[in-house]
Amino acid sequence: MKIHEYQAKQLLSRYAVPLPEGEVASTPDEVAAIAARLARPCVVKAQVHAGGRGKAGGVKLARDVAEARAAGEAILGMTIKGLVVEKVLVEEAIDIAAEYYLGITLDRARRCNVLIISAAGGIDIEEVAASTPEKVLREPIDPAFGLQPFQVTKVLCQAGVPAGSQRAATAIVMALSKAYGEIDASLAEINPLVLCGDGRVVAADAKINLDDSAQFRHPEWSAWADDAEEDPIEAEAHRRGLQYVRLSAENLRGSAPAIAIIGNGAGLVMGTLDEVSRVGRPFGVGPANFLDLGGGARSEVVRQALEVVLLNPDVRGVFLNIFGGITRCDEVAKGLLDAAEHVDLKLPLVVRLTGTNEEAGRALLAEDGRFQPFVEFSAAAEAIVQAVAAG
Amino acid sequence: MGILANRDTRVLVQGLTGREGTFHSEAMLAYGTQVVGGVTPGKGGTTHLGVPVFDTVSEAAAQTGAVASCIFVPAPFAAQAVCEAADAGLQLVVCITEGIPVGDMVRAVAYAQARGTRLIGPNCPGLLTAGEAKIGIIPGHIAKPGRVGVVSRSGTLTYEIVDALTKAGLGLTTCAGIGGDPVLGTRFADVLPLFEADPATEAVVMIGEIGGSDEEDAAAVIATMTTPVVAFISGRSAPEGKRMGHAGAIVSGGKGTAQSKVDALGAVGVPVPETAPEVIALLRERL
Repeated sequence: MKIHEYQAKQLLSRYAVPLPEGEVASTPDEVAAIAARLARPCVVKAQVHAGGRGKAGGVKLARDVAEARAAGEAILGMTIKGLVVEKVLVEEAIDIAAEYYLGITLDRARRCNVLIISAAGGIDIEEVAASTPEKVLREPIDPAFGLQPFQVTKVLCQAGVPAGSQRAATAIVMALSKAYGEIDASLAEINPLVLCGDGRVVAADAKINLDDSAQFRHPEWSAWADDAEEDPIEAEAHRRGLQYVRLSAENLRGSAPAIAIIGNGAGLVMGTLDEVSRVGRPFGVGPANFLDLGGGARSEVVRQALEVVLLNPDVRGVFLNIFGGITRCDEVAKGLLDAAEHVDLKLPLVVRLTGTNEEAGRALLAEDGRFQPFVEFSAAAEAIVQAVAAG
Repeated sequence: MGILANRDTRVLVQGLTGREGTFHSEAMLAYGTQVVGGVTPGKGGTTHLGVPVFDTVSEAAAQTGAVASCIFVPAPFAAQAVCEAADAGLQLVVCITEGIPVGDMVRAVAYAQARGTRLIGPNCPGLLTAGEAKIGIIPGHIAKPGRVGVVSRSGTLTYEIVDALTKAGLGLTTCAGIGGDPVLGTRFADVLPLFEADPATEAVVMIGEIGGSDEEDAAAVIATMTTPVVAFISGRSAPEGKRMGHAGAIVSGGKGTAQSKVDALGAVGVPVPETAPEVIALLRERL
C-alpha cells in the first residue's frame, strides 16, 4: 500500500526524524492560514500517489500568503497522471546546501533489507542506478542484528556527507531503519535528505510503501487506504475480497482490453493473460483484467467475480479458466449457473474446466445447456478470442 | 527416486487440526505420505486423523522421529512456526501459508538457514514425489511417476504442466513448488542441482514468473548442468507496477521483466516456449 508524503512524514516524526515545519490542507483558505502561521516562504506540494509531481506542476514555491493561496488554488483539484489532487502539504521552504538520497527496501536476491544512499539526491534513484550505478551505495542489513551505526558511518563517508553533519545524518538513518522494521514498510525513502544552509539536516521529502500482508497488526492503516486513488473497479473488487487488476490499452501494446479473465491461482491467471494476449494480437483484442479466485473458491465467489469483471465497459467477452486442484470444478459450475441467474450476461462466455471433480462440473453445465465447457486451455483461449473478434 | 521427499520421509503437520490442515493432511495420508503427528498448541495429547497431536514441534519430533514438517498455520503466526520447526532440528520445512509479512520472512529465512534447515516456501503448493509422497497441497491424482522434474514459483500453473506431463506419458519424478513470495527459503538455483544429481530425473521443467531475479540466477546454474531444462515464464503480458496476485510477481523499476528472464535463459540454451503444449514438445526433443 502506498501512503501520501504527509502520512509518511507523520510516521517518521514519531521516530524523531527532523522534518520541515508544515501542515496538510484541503482548501486554498487552509493553505493561506498555514502559510500565515509559518510566516516565511513556503512550498505547496500536491499529495498524490504518483511520481513526477514537480514536473506536472504539482509543487510550487510561494514567497508570501497570497502566493501560497494562489498555489493552493492551482494545485488542489488538478489532475496528475489521472489522479485528482485533494490535499496539499504546505511546508516551510528550506535552504538547500546539499542533498542526498536515502532509502531502505528489500533486496530480494540477498533476502535481506538494504540501505541505499546516494549523493545524487532529489532525483529518481532508479535513473541514477541505471546510468551511474557507482553513485548508488548499498549496505545490506543483517536480519539478526539490524543496521549497525558503523555501516552508516561508512556509507555517509563514501557519499561525501561532511563531517559536521554526520552525527545528525546517522541519527536519521538509524531512525529510518527502526521505522522501516516496526511499521512493516516495503520501502522507506527520504529523497532528498537535505543539509540546510543553517546546518540543520532534514527529511525534505519522504515516501513510504507498506507491506499489505502486515495489515493485521496495523489497524490504523485502514484509515489510509485511499480508495479514491484506485481504479473504481479495482476498489470494488478489493471491497469484495477479490484479487483484481484492471488492464488498459497502453498495457497491451495496442490490443483492446476486451476479454475479462477469471481463473484460480495467480500463476494460471497470469498464464491465461499471456495466452489471450498472444492468440488475440492478430485480432486486436487482449485481456481486460487479472482476477484470481484463489484456492478452494466456492460458488458465491464465482458469482462475485463475474459481477466485478462485467463492471468494466471495455469487456466484450469472458474467459473462465479453471484447473481444479483444491478448487472443485462442480463448485465453479454451480457458481457460474447461479451467476447466470442473477447477472444479465449478454456477452460470449467461454469456460474451461479441468481437474478435481471435472466430470461433475461438466455434467452440471451439460444439464443446463447454456455453457459448453472446454477441457484444453489453448482451444478455450482461441474460442473466446474468435467469439469476441467476430462480435 | 526424486528429490526432497519420498515414501520414508516422516512428516509433522503444524496446524493439523485446523480446516486447511485437516483437509490436506487427509489427502497427504491418502497419497501415502508418512504423516506421523501434528502440532497445535493447546491440543497436545489428543489424536486427530489417527495421529498424535503435540503442543510443540520439539516434543513432536522427539516422540515421532519426524524429520520434516508441513505448515498450515495462519499468516500472523506462520513465520514463528518456521522458526520453531528449525529450532527443533527438522531438516525440511514446507510452509504453505500465504500472506506472511515480508519482514517476518526475512528473519525466519535467516533463522532457518543458520540452523541448517531447508525451508520450502512460503506461499507454495509444496512437494510431490510421484507415487511416493506429497508434503503440501499438490493434487495427487494429476501426477504419474516418470522422467521429468518440475520446479515452480506458481501453484495452479504447475498443475497444468504436471497434468500435461501425465497426459503425454512422460510422467514426473518430483514437483517442487517453491512459492510466489519475494523472500523464499529455497530458490530455483537451490533445487536445480538436486535434480541434476537425481538419476531418475532425465529433464527438468522450470516454471518462473515476473519479478525478482531468481530465473536469471538459475540460468547460471543451468549452464553447469547436463540434465536438459525447459522453462516457462508467466507474466509476459503483465504491466509494470501491478502486482499480479503473488506478492513476488511484480515488475518494478524496469526489473524482473519476463523478457529479461527469457533472454538470460536463452543465453544458456534453455528454450522458453509461450504455451504448455510447446513445453511438452521441447521436452520430447531432449529426452
